[in-house]
Amino acid sequence: MGAIFRREIGAYFTSGIAYIFLAVFWLFSGYFFYVSCLNSATTDMSGMFQSLFMICIFLIPILTMRLFSEEKKQKTEQGLLTAPVSLGEIVFGKYFAALCLYTIGILMPFLYALILSSFGTVEWGIVLSNFLALFLLGAAFISVGTLVSALTENQVAAAVLSFVALMTLYMVDLIASLVTIGWIQKALNALSFYTKYFSITCGLFNVSTIVFYLSVALIFNYLTIRVFERRRWS
Amino acid sequence: MIEVRNLTKHYGDKHAVNDISFTVEDGEILGFLGPNGAGKSTTMNMLTGYISSTSGQALINGVDILEDPIRAKSYIGYLPELPPLYLDMTVKGYLNYIYDLKKCKLPRRAHLNEVMALCKVHDVQDRIIKNLSKGYKQRVGLAQALVGNPPVLILDEPTVGLDPKQILEIRTLIKKLGKNHTVILSSHILSEIQAVCDRIIIINKGVIAAHDTTDNLSKNISTDHRVIARIEGPRENIVKALRNINGIKYCRADMEREPGVFEYELEATAGSDIRRELFSILSENGWPLLMLRSAELTLEDVFLKITMGEGLVIEAPAAQTQENGGEA
Repeated sequence: MGAIFRREIGAYFTSGIAYIFLAVFWLFSGYFFYVSCLNSATTDMSGMFQSLFMICIFLIPILTMRLFSEEKKQKTEQGLLTAPVSLGEIVFGKYFAALCLYTIGILMPFLYALILSSFGTVEWGIVLSNFLALFLLGAAFISVGTLVSALTENQVAAAVLSFVALMTLYMVDLIASLVTIGWIQKALNALSFYTKYFSITCGLFNVSTIVFYLSVALIFNYLTIRVFERRRWS
Repeated sequence: MIEVRNLTKHYGDKHAVNDISFTVEDGEILGFLGPNGAGKSTTMNMLTGYISSTSGQALINGVDILEDPIRAKSYIGYLPELPPLYLDMTVKGYLNYIYDLKKCKLPRRAHLNEVMALCKVHDVQDRIIKNLSKGYKQRVGLAQALVGNPPVLILDEPTVGLDPKQILEIRTLIKKLGKNHTVILSSHILSEIQAVCDRIIIINKGVIAAHDTTDNLSKNISTDHRVIARIEGPRENIVKALRNINGIKYCRADMEREPGVFEYELEATAGSDIRRELFSILSENGWPLLMLRSAELTLEDVFLKITMGEGLVIEAPAAQTQENGGEA
């Protein structure tokens, strides 16, 4: 797994995706930080974290698009699948590489909190729980993008489809509000990514939220493994 | 050692590979020969665990590739038809990655230097793979298969894209490796297989069309009973006389090679040698024999005959007799 992880991290930087991702992520987070904290003279960073949800939907497909589609296109997949490593190692090696880069990106708000602490009191507990929520959200979203990438051979197609998939997950609340059948509405509300994320940014931290995001990540990574397994047996 | 038992692969109704069985011993080089779409790559992909088989078994050093894939794969060095190269990496970086991927235990620097020297890529080790020529890419692909010194090497058309000098070098290298590795090599270049392999399997439409040692395969079909003679003298008379030879099956005058000299193709029934009688008839009539050679079939002929379905079926090496050749 280490070899695949290191190679993916290296590829992020040689292909330039790492720089694009970090630059754009920091640009937007900086803008939201300026608007919701500095401009309104508050140390409450919830507004910024809420806005970052949408940024994740746009940027995570960029992170995950080439993970498997590029392997298939360049025919390097064959080398990977005939190497003495398990499918789990391959999928998680790539997944953690994307997650690692994402984590570097979302560490920036700590710098903002540090800046704020020189002007007022920062609630570090809330900053930390917000960071954790953003991390878990990314962990779930990246697993979705990884699966989409494994299903396509084209990076652009992978990015667009991942974006559509993440948008759909975001709009689950909207769909729920349109449904009139009680139990479906309830089920859709329970699956809502945004409500869970939003409640954490408001300071309501819940163990079930952690379990929810981690399960989503595990399920989608498992599905990715199954995609490869199925392809081998077809 | 590789053991393949009744390996079969179906894609829906299409039988890509049908009931193939063979064994490759340690220190043996097996050549896999067949036209495009015959099932060579499919078989190799099944052996290396890239795709599964519909039924049958493939054992690498006694380990089933589907039951314990990780252990079986660790015995294999595989060069697919298109080398799995990451174009954005340097040669050295790529081989280091492969070293880690295969979880090698050998001393890293010494081993990688050895592999790079063997495949003659050490002079480009710091270059990005994207910028290398096709020949170099192919050799990096081969180097990648050799990392970790696996006992079994499966090489799918290893000399594609190389220049004649490099082809010779790679062939020599494969022969050298064949001494202490089990090697399966596929190619559609027959002379290559002839030069490198101990044994040949000819595969066509997913089934084994022939399986024998390289020498036998070319010998069995081209024996003394087919000769080509260059004789000076009147053509019709010669043909008439030659048709009277005991056991002759076929006689045909070919083109005029020199003024008054024709080439004749003679075929006798299997097992009979007509050379002596030919000589005595010619000397009786005073027709000088200018050349006599046995019409040896090249592997090309064998290959074409078998894949065109001319009824030649050679099964086990033990069952090889000259009768088989006679029917060709």
